[in-house]
Amino acid sequence: MSDLETFRAEARAWLEENCPAEMRTPAKGDEDVCWGGRNFVFQSEAQKLWLERCVAKGYTVPDWPKAYGGAGLTPQETKILRQEMAKLGCRSPLNSFGIWMLGPALLKFGTEEQKVHYMGQIARGEIRWCQGYSEPGSGSDLVSMQTFGEDKGDHWVVNGQKIWTSYADKADWIFCLVRTDKTNKYQGISFLLFDMETPGVSTKPIKLISGNSPFCETFFDNVVVPKHQIVGEVNRGWDVAKYLLGHEREMISGMGGDGGVTSIGAAMKATLSQEPVLRAQMALFDVDNLTFRAHGERFMDEWKTGKAHPAYSNLMKYVGTELNKKRNELVMSIGGSQALEWESERANGGSKARNWLRTKANSIEGGTSEVMLNVVSKRILEMPGG
Amino acid sequence: MAMTLNDDQNMLRDTARDFMASEAPVTHFRKFRDMGCKDGFSHGLWKQFAEIGFTGVLIPEADGGMGMGQIEAGIVLEEIGRNLAPSPFLTTSVAAVEALKLADKAMRDRWFPGILAGETVIGIAIEEGVKHRPEQIACVAERSGNGFKLTGQKQFVVQGASSDMLIVAARTAGAAGETDGLTLFAVDKDAAGLSMEAVRLVDSAVAAHVQLDGVQLDADAVIGEVDGGWAVLSKMLDAGRVGAAAEMVGVGAGAMDMTFEYLKTRKQFDRVIGEFQALQHRAAHLYGEMEGARSIVLKAQSLMDEGHAKAELYVAAAKAKAGLACNLAVREGVQMHGGIGMTDEYDIGLYMKRDRSLNEFFGDAYYHADRVATMNGY
Repeated sequence: MSDLETFRAEARAWLEENCPAEMRTPAKGDEDVCWGGRNFVFQSEAQKLWLERCVAKGYTVPDWPKAYGGAGLTPQETKILRQEMAKLGCRSPLNSFGIWMLGPALLKFGTEEQKVHYMGQIARGEIRWCQGYSEPGSGSDLVSMQTFGEDKGDHWVVNGQKIWTSYADKADWIFCLVRTDKTNKYQGISFLLFDMETPGVSTKPIKLISGNSPFCETFFDNVVVPKHQIVGEVNRGWDVAKYLLGHEREMISGMGGDGGVTSIGAAMKATLSQEPVLRAQMALFDVDNLTFRAHGERFMDEWKTGKAHPAYSNLMKYVGTELNKKRNELVMSIGGSQALEWESERANGGSKARNWLRTKANSIEGGTSEVMLNVVSKRILEMPGG
Repeated sequence: MAMTLNDDQNMLRDTARDFMASEAPVTHFRKFRDMGCKDGFSHGLWKQFAEIGFTGVLIPEADGGMGMGQIEAGIVLEEIGRNLAPSPFLTTSVAAVEALKLADKAMRDRWFPGILAGETVIGIAIEEGVKHRPEQIACVAERSGNGFKLTGQKQFVVQGASSDMLIVAARTAGAAGETDGLTLFAVDKDAAGLSMEAVRLVDSAVAAHVQLDGVQLDADAVIGEVDGGWAVLSKMLDAGRVGAAAEMVGVGAGAMDMTFEYLKTRKQFDRVIGEFQALQHRAAHLYGEMEGARSIVLKAQSLMDEGHAKAELYVAAAKAKAGLACNLAVREGVQMHGGIGMTDEYDIGLYMKRDRSLNEFFGDAYYHADRVATMNGY
């Protein structure tokens, strides 16, 4: 057996032995997802056990170095582990913005001490992070942000407001873009980390068209942030932010509902067989869905071997989010009047309608589709103009 | 397997790219088109394909070929597509070879050497109507003497009139609509009772309408099993489909690159038109569609090479997606070129014509999307 086949057999055996049966059933909703953090309440003993075992093995962040809480797996080994997890139906042991976004940025820009401390906390699910980027006046034009950190020698005093902060009301710490030089647009922003319990930090959930409130407004009123809680150099936070946005786009582009190639059409056969035009739309969607999965696989293989264009994740974000919106439009059409029911048990509390509405944010958050197309056009296709 | 080309495959791509660019650029296609060539391709170029080893890319090493897979055949096809190089490669070296690989040794020995030498051309005689419906084949092969007697008609037999042999699918049992009861035959071009009418297509390729009026065949003309032809046919069709998809990735990429270059040079309103966001967004969207097509085609090729159970699904999706993306590339190409895109002198229109033919070959995007739906259980 090759080394990779040996690894596959070992990973499979480990998962068989360590993943509790209950964690091999699909998560029913967001409440079944383990986000970790100081205030997280485990839904079951199995959920807790699964997290603890993965933490001990380094499998919450398999491709991170062992020194920072990972298992030190190669990209190929990580891909194999994920394939084996998918085959057994294992749930993700831990979801977190720390894993998807902050961790990769720390790995590239953090000091050794920061990597050991913060990445270790993330890997163990101890701290739940949120992201402070957008502001009321700075959406697509993010670099115009105004939240200001005044230099007070050994610390900054931060004042301002962020918006669309995902789960800010549930997060323990925030990674936040703060202007530290008002005279320099791009090179006047620093990337700061601070505790959401710091005096002066407050959050207010925003109710969305889906009826849910995953996002918050976050306010900073004379928040003291020690100087050592900066990632990268002072005034060079834009570099960190851009790098991290790449990872956010990767993550959002991966959101395709079931995360796989399984068609949603089979379950809707009774309706689709009576609706030829709708069936045709579904068929064309399936072609695009299979295409996107293959595209994502190819992108990840190229990305991890350094062959992908640095701006390519913008393309994946655009394609993936538009596809997910289309998918939810089809789910609503196939669901018909029952999918309109907002609260009934019959309609699972309006889950289809709420998910459909939620997906409309996919092509806005983390950079709108229009901004993605601008970036692809200018950076990959090298189209002229400012 | 990783969804990236390995070193050998990259080397093959470089070879194919250099070869097509020097020996068969678009000017080569124009030359044969403008002389009204009865074959629609150059026998000299077909010989050159053989010399460099392309014609035997899928022929097993034991039979004297390169013994490679669909990925490698696709690499050659993409460069063919990019240059609109006219050749029997897709029908002969891809579709026919995949069928003949399932034939007995005597038949392989009869046809593979000629393919390897670039001397033999094989036509695929499947279609009986204007749309691709292989399970509807009605052409009849009655038992007769120690063999069969073929009666029926075929159409859209690309390069049929230039072929030395036709692979004909006919019914030895069952009725139109059934997959059981089909048999594939190797029919010599000079067989008594076989007649052809050659017609020029929109892309200047030449296809044939074939009449089979009681063509007498020996039993050894059968490829594969009598009544079990669907297995051979499926293999041949899927190789042809994924091959056509790879060629469309090349056609689309060629059209797209030409168009992007035009956007960067054409000036209107004192600006290079590529500065306009209305065009930039369409360009970026097109790039995404073409990248998706490239990915699903590679996925389908690798699943076919692995003999994976899902290969059929992915081939259908790949043919559909490559067709849709390539079609978008040529439509956007002509539109973004403006008036000059409508002229015969400019190449973009040639890409539009080639796309149309390839989209129709072995089932269009709608046919294959329908198959995806069926295979996905609805």
